[in-house]
Amino acid sequence: MTYAFQFGVLNQYRDQLLAGLWLTVEISAVSIVAGTAFGIVLASLRSMAGRGTRIAVDTYVELIRNTPFLVQLFLIYFGLPAAGLRVGAVTAALIGMTVNLAAYSTEIVRSGIEAVHRSQIEAGEALGLTQVQVYRHVVLLPAIQKVYPALCSQFVLMMLASSICSAISTGELTAAAAFVQSQSYRSFEVYLAATALYLALALGLRGMLALLGLWLFGRRAARRALVPVVEASA
Amino acid sequence: MIFHTFGWPQFWFLVQSMQWTVILTALALGGGGIVGFGVALARVSRIGWLRLAAGTYIQLIQGIPVLMILFLSFYGLALMGFQLLPIVAAGISMAVYGSGYLAEIWRGCIQSVPKPQWEGSESLAMTRLQQYRHVILPQALRIALPPTVGFAVQVVKNTSIASLIGFVELARAGQLVNNATFQPFRVFLVVAALYFVICYPLSQLSRWLEGRLHAGSRR
Amino acid sequence: MPEVVVDGVHKSFGVVEVLKGITMSVERGEVTALIGRSGSGKSTLLRCMNGLESIQKGAITIAGHAVTADKAKLRRLRTDVGIVFQSYNLFPHLSVADNITLAPRIVKKMGRGEARTVAEEVLALVGLSDKFGAYPDQLSGGQQQRVAIARSLAMRPKVMLFDEVTSALDPELTGEVLAVMERLARDGMTMLLVTHEMGFARRVASTTVFMHRGRIHESGPSRDLFDAPRTPEMAQFIRSDIK
Repeated sequence: MTYAFQFGVLNQYRDQLLAGLWLTVEISAVSIVAGTAFGIVLASLRSMAGRGTRIAVDTYVELIRNTPFLVQLFLIYFGLPAAGLRVGAVTAALIGMTVNLAAYSTEIVRSGIEAVHRSQIEAGEALGLTQVQVYRHVVLLPAIQKVYPALCSQFVLMMLASSICSAISTGELTAAAAFVQSQSYRSFEVYLAATALYLALALGLRGMLALLGLWLFGRRAARRALVPVVEASA
Repeated sequence: MIFHTFGWPQFWFLVQSMQWTVILTALALGGGGIVGFGVALARVSRIGWLRLAAGTYIQLIQGIPVLMILFLSFYGLALMGFQLLPIVAAGISMAVYGSGYLAEIWRGCIQSVPKPQWEGSESLAMTRLQQYRHVILPQALRIALPPTVGFAVQVVKNTSIASLIGFVELARAGQLVNNATFQPFRVFLVVAALYFVICYPLSQLSRWLEGRLHAGSRR
Repeated sequence: MPEVVVDGVHKSFGVVEVLKGITMSVERGEVTALIGRSGSGKSTLLRCMNGLESIQKGAITIAGHAVTADKAKLRRLRTDVGIVFQSYNLFPHLSVADNITLAPRIVKKMGRGEARTVAEEVLALVGLSDKFGAYPDQLSGGQQQRVAIARSLAMRPKVMLFDEVTSALDPELTGEVLAVMERLARDGMTMLLVTHEMGFARRVASTTVFMHRGRIHESGPSRDLFDAPRTPEMAQFIRSDIK
């Protein structure tokens, strides 16, 4: 092996890489918050509203979960303009990630809701809670607490999948790395650095989510959130 | 450049490209399965440093984007003198990615075999290898089937990332057709539908297996 | 000649010492019952005897084998020492026949035909010849436990250890398991049993060992022990059991 590593090139393009890193953080944060909110709303609608709503939500969830994120991005970024709706690369990424994550979090929260026992709900009603109170305190919050580790794993997967947005020229970390490597021809160093940054982001995100879990649910849930959960739905 | 409209020949081209999606999936599950199985066993080994190494490997693979694995093997190794064909780079990357996730899924399955099964077989004078082969793994396999099929869906979808190094599978074929027809909405809708045709039955199969595992007998 | 010799055995789980110097022996062909409250260390002692738990001090010799940390030696010991657990621990993915023949075939390298003959023989002994092809989940708890006993017997052990084998069973199913054990005792098997079945211990075991707080508190011929306990702890233990 005669190849000489030159990591000095990274310093030269530091600003580009940091800008990309920051955009990755931004689009991940926004889509995680929005995707989870939509997920909770959709899962709740699904469990409370009628048959039609349930079928509509299930269809959405299955369509998203059974098609690649990349193709979803293509449809939004190239397809929507063709249908007369022009969207920028960052907006397309945000829409794509939110729509994708919403489907997964709907599915995860749904599984949590369905794990709540009927007797719990009856106990809540017996205590004189209103239907909304029962739903909030007896169904939804315990459900979310139960599936919090699975949600956390999905958040990390989404953050990592944001690298795919480089394919529609969203200028996040992977796109920044691609730009730097096209300028410097130092592919290995650049992508190694980007990989290290993603790893740091993933570990950091996990740590933050564990702290958030500690704050929201207490010690047990937080500890579970530190360990990756890989399920059929992941 | 001649522009075509999206018609049967283009549709047929997309359908044919699905074979590469399937081949990449098979490479990921086959290669990733072999490596992942070894890592899973290392993860539950009684040797401390082996457990730690396997755990680090899993955390590493699960902590970086599949796309980075792909770029590192394609561009990185190429620069270092290993010129990889896209199919080789894509196949290796998919296998590496698969191994990290399969190892973790299977570790869970091995550990969910009740501890008394270890004691029962141990007190019948079996070696560790015999315990794995005759008692633990056959039971772990049953538990592993539903989540493994579920993970196969993730793999099928993630093979689309190979298009980003120019490997012509279904997603890349869609781009090529789109470049020729300029009908992105129609083209990518068809591409999505073709992925759905592969993934949805697998998802349902995983769900069905999962239900059968919980409802049925333990055998 | 003693088939089991336990000499000054100490065992701790972390800082908790559960066995505080146990010395005892069991003659060949004898049946010894280990009784005592939960937490007295009796199950731990039994598990130490085939190396499922390691000991920190002392020595155990059983069926001519010393209990060691050496894996290969421990496996040789285990081919001569059978153990049956409270939770049966049958292999759920194997038929009754395969449960029984697995270890003889892969550990003792017995041929298929011979293993099958042995399986038929031990199943007849526990009265379950008709369950040859059944799977564990098709059997009652009592039947599963009898298969577990047969599975151990198929290794042709010199000593059999029974760890509360009827504790998980419904009361109406314990009889069939105890009957099998009584028959084994009559046939001259050296047996050590941790049990809560006082009547059974008194009738079948020639010797009973009462354990209390990690020590042997009282031991001797079963009849004497049960009919005229020498220590107040033993007396109270029997009384609370009858109640």
